[in-house]
Amino acid sequence: MTAHLKMDKPDHRHRLDHMAQGVIGQPLDRPEGPLKVTGTATYAHEWQVAGMCHGVLARASGIGPVIRSDAEVVLAMPGVLAVITDERLLRNPAQGTADAAPVQGTDIAAYVGQPVALVVAETFEQARHGAQRLGLIIDVDDMAVTDPETAVLETPKGKQHSQGNLAAAMANAAHSVDVTYRTPAHSSAAMEPHAAIAMWDGDMLTLRGSYQMLKYNRNELADSLGVSPENVRILSPYVGGGFGAKLGIAPEAVAAAIAAQKLGRPVAVALTRQQVFETTMRRSETRQRVRLSLDEGGQLTGIGHDAWVSNLPDESFSEPVTQATRFLYAGDNREIGHHIARVHRTCAGSVRAPGEAVGVTVLENAMDELAHVAGIDPVELRKRNIPDRDPETGKPFSSRRFAEALDRGAERFGWSERRAPGTRREGEWLIGIGMASAARVNALMESKARVTLNPDGRAVVETDMTDIGTGTYAILTQIAAEMLGLPVNQVSTSLGDTDFPSAAGSGGSWGAASSGTSVFLACENLRSQLAQRLDCAEADMTLKDGQAVFDNRVQSLSDILDGDSLTAEGHIEPGATSEAVRQATFGAYFAEVAVSAVTGETRVRRMLGVFSAGRILNAKTARSQFLGGMTFGVGMALTEELVHDPRDGHIVNHDLAEYHLAVNADVPQIEVEFLEERDDWASPLQAKGVGELGICGAAAAITNAIFNATNVRVRDYPATLDKIIAHL
Amino acid sequence: MRPFDYLRAASPDDASAAAAQGATIIAGGTNLLDLMKHEVVAPDTLVDITRLDLGGIEQTDQGLRIGALVTNSDLAADRTVRRDYPVLARALLAGASGQLRNKATTGGNLLQRTRCYYFYDTSTPCNKRDPGSGCAAIGGFNRIHAILGASNHCIATHPSDMAVAMLALRALIEITGAGGDTRTLPLDDLYVLPGDRPDRETVLNPGDLITAVILPPPAGATQIYRKVRDRASYAFALVSVACVLDLQDGKIAQASLAFGGLAPRPWSAKALNDMMLGETPSDALFERVADHLLAKAKGQGSNDFKIPLARRTLIAVLHEAVERAQP
Ligand SMILES: Cc1cc2nc3c(=O)[nH]c(=O)nc-3n(C[C@H](O)[C@H](O)[C@H](O)COP(=O)(O)OP(=O)(O)OC[C@H]3O[C@@H](n4cnc5c(N)ncnc54)[C@H](O)[C@@H]3O)c2cc1C
Ligand code: SF4
Repeated sequence: MTAHLKMDKPDHRHRLDHMAQGVIGQPLDRPEGPLKVTGTATYAHEWQVAGMCHGVLARASGIGPVIRSDAEVVLAMPGVLAVITDERLLRNPAQGTADAAPVQGTDIAAYVGQPVALVVAETFEQARHGAQRLGLIIDVDDMAVTDPETAVLETPKGKQHSQGNLAAAMANAAHSVDVTYRTPAHSSAAMEPHAAIAMWDGDMLTLRGSYQMLKYNRNELADSLGVSPENVRILSPYVGGGFGAKLGIAPEAVAAAIAAQKLGRPVAVALTRQQVFETTMRRSETRQRVRLSLDEGGQLTGIGHDAWVSNLPDESFSEPVTQATRFLYAGDNREIGHHIARVHRTCAGSVRAPGEAVGVTVLENAMDELAHVAGIDPVELRKRNIPDRDPETGKPFSSRRFAEALDRGAERFGWSERRAPGTRREGEWLIGIGMASAARVNALMESKARVTLNPDGRAVVETDMTDIGTGTYAILTQIAAEMLGLPVNQVSTSLGDTDFPSAAGSGGSWGAASSGTSVFLACENLRSQLAQRLDCAEADMTLKDGQAVFDNRVQSLSDILDGDSLTAEGHIEPGATSEAVRQATFGAYFAEVAVSAVTGETRVRRMLGVFSAGRILNAKTARSQFLGGMTFGVGMALTEELVHDPRDGHIVNHDLAEYHLAVNADVPQIEVEFLEERDDWASPLQAKGVGELGICGAAAAITNAIFNATNVRVRDYPATLDKIIAHL
Repeated sequence: MRPFDYLRAASPDDASAAAAQGATIIAGGTNLLDLMKHEVVAPDTLVDITRLDLGGIEQTDQGLRIGALVTNSDLAADRTVRRDYPVLARALLAGASGQLRNKATTGGNLLQRTRCYYFYDTSTPCNKRDPGSGCAAIGGFNRIHAILGASNHCIATHPSDMAVAMLALRALIEITGAGGDTRTLPLDDLYVLPGDRPDRETVLNPGDLITAVILPPPAGATQIYRKVRDRASYAFALVSVACVLDLQDGKIAQASLAFGGLAPRPWSAKALNDMMLGETPSDALFERVADHLLAKAKGQGSNDFKIPLARRTLIAVLHEAVERAQP
């Protein structure tokens, strides 16, 4: 039985609030947690497959045509089985939701580090040695542009917006700012390197890999190989972090599949840490110009946000920097600009909240600058400029407790104790506090799941949805348990297998609400099937602890099932509610920093985030998402920068020693608070996405605090000590 | 990684003999294995010294003798070190991570190679890795590179924190040579500047095995190690300062400074220490010391900031040392 819903109307029923089990929203531990902490959750590359050999990708050390390789020399090395330069090898990973192969081919290296061959050997070490020794002669193209500042710019029509007259608003403003900021490239830097093991059985391919969106990945892999998607099965039950880097099928998967077919043996291909940095998606560096104009009453009259980003030729993705600028604040005169530089650098794609992570951050820095020049409290400035409706389209917001988040955060953090910039000092340390708003667009995506009630009254949830460390296992289990009235240990959830109904995948923060809704719909259907057996209306039946209560009677599910099992598939599709209203999530961050007056080193002392993000399905896993997002905010503010060599654009700091993610000692006590909210337009769960919201502006709270501490504005992220001492 | 033979040394002489014939010594392996995986070095033979009796920390007539295999964790936790040589304990704890310090050894730490990004990337020119090929760091990204003691051939820094503290403590190292002879050498004399041979980093001969580090009797002075870096932990020093300082009757009676992050070797200069002896601490004096340290400093672009940073850090450390040394 299939329960299908197209989300054309808001769902005001709030069904989850009227169920009896009482597990939804609870801080349930992850059901798979014990497996992970005991090392018994088997990740892609850990599978021991009989007869397996290993492939290592060989990289191009320059940009230009690959004219020759000394494959014979490598083939003669001990253990080496094959040197593969198949045209189907991927230049770079597929973009998220591409659903088709990305650019392929090994004849021309478009960027330094591009994989152009696969060396396969009996052991990983032999293959790596072969890949390192493979002399690839490249006819280096000295004219290849690698610096976005000197590249040809594309200014796509559909990505610009203008309303009113911003120039006039700026000219007539009581106060205004016109500032340019830069953010560097970032790497997802997930803990688990990309890896795949490919096995063919006749013309059926099974791939164990580490990917976020299996429905799309299967099509991308099939298209890359030139086979039918029906012949491809992907398994990704555990993913050791994705952050966007595993949205699309990536070079290791296609290489493993080609090699396994050619050799008639299972082949494993794992990227080295350096390759993860070089050949998986980076976030584009950005240059951003923000113009804000304010009238005497502290109302914004104009907002301009122009973004310059980069990507490789033939890539459709460009960092959607200004996405939230379009609706966060009021102002009649608005201009959005978007420019793409075509450069020969590692492919740019979705990394940790593409768009808002860097875009809201810079907008929030500019708002802080405006508050300062206008002499208005930064929280107050934001509150005064919360628009009634989407300022571009006039559509209402679906739900939004933005003002409450600002107020609640200010109160809890002690914002009123903020002093004038550069006036608080403890010994060598300059102390300051800062804040910023949070905003992220919300989306619902098509998703399917199957739920089966077995004769013993236990439920099984199956979907090809992934859990990339976010808590999908926990929340899908909770939704089914709540809807079917089962203790959570009576529900088991299986994920990450394309043989299961296809889900939205993990990305864009939409996974929980989309796949959760498919489980919800399947459970609603099962409830109807049960009610039918009891001959009562579904709504008159209460399910709790494995029993049905109806008509003043109680019966256990196993009795009702009477040896049968019931199955239902839930299928959600986005509909008119995506267009009818503006759906987004909101919040406010507050941070306190101490900056050394001697060295310019910044230490974040405490941080708070208050969020308005729909129904929270699991208080613990949601909190963890926000802790992670704000931790990435610390990194973005202070330490993270993917450095491109000024000469050939290659990534210089391609390991975790020199690409500085925030480490424990950088991360202070972080507090997270959710405001109770139900978004009827977002999904029948009234839930929205929470995965990325925690990074969408977080860094600005820190850099604004640095200004409050030191009077120094760092407009070039990250705020490393050299940029601060220069002005102390 | 290139295939290699593995030998387990039965005695220090055994290790020296193997090394003299071209084998590469491996201790904790925390640096060497990375270099081998990247094929920056590709030894034919490894000689493992970790089963040798080169551990232990003991008082001797010459001072505190630290076996070459004492791990960075054990050394930092040693009670005598914490009490008498706190600058060393602090420097150790400021380095790497707990996991690495559990494996890293005293001898290996002294001889760890630079963290220059290009040195580790075999597709770029590097005179240290491949003499005569050029230096990709010059004109490239060189945030962590040297402002002192570099040459046109190499601008890499020595990354050790431990060695900087040991230099300020005027440590000696004990070496067993290929012929089985043992000699000691001031740590200050171990390292050589790159000049036109950046592949040569020390005065050690093939077959030389470091067996111990000896710290002279405790200085009893105020000791400070301050490390400035790009994140709060788990990053190499941009600038670090080790300072051992004592006051008598308001005048500087003892001073020993050493620096990390600035040069191709742990850096010190006798003249710097001498110019403070017998002087009354003052801003002007400290400025002069900083001027002297940085007189020949040269930035390479991305690391220009190290010049003011070194000055500020040095002066702050001297102020703190004087404050703490006041009776
Ligand atoms: C990610 C990372 C971060 C780090 N951060 C820091 C830091 O912040 N500060 C810091 O100081 N260090 C840092 N380190 C470096 C670490 O301290 C060194 O790797 C370690 O001290 C080397 O010791 P080992 O015993 O593992 O040496 P090995 O790797 O075994 O050897 C290093 C070299 O010394 C030679 N060798 C070893 N022992 C002897 C001996 N007894 N006689 C002669 N030759 C010998 C070897 O042949 C080799 O050339 C970091 C390392 C990593 C990987
Ligand atoms: S600085 Fe030294 S180690 Fe670095 S690339 Fe230049 S020569 Fe090589």
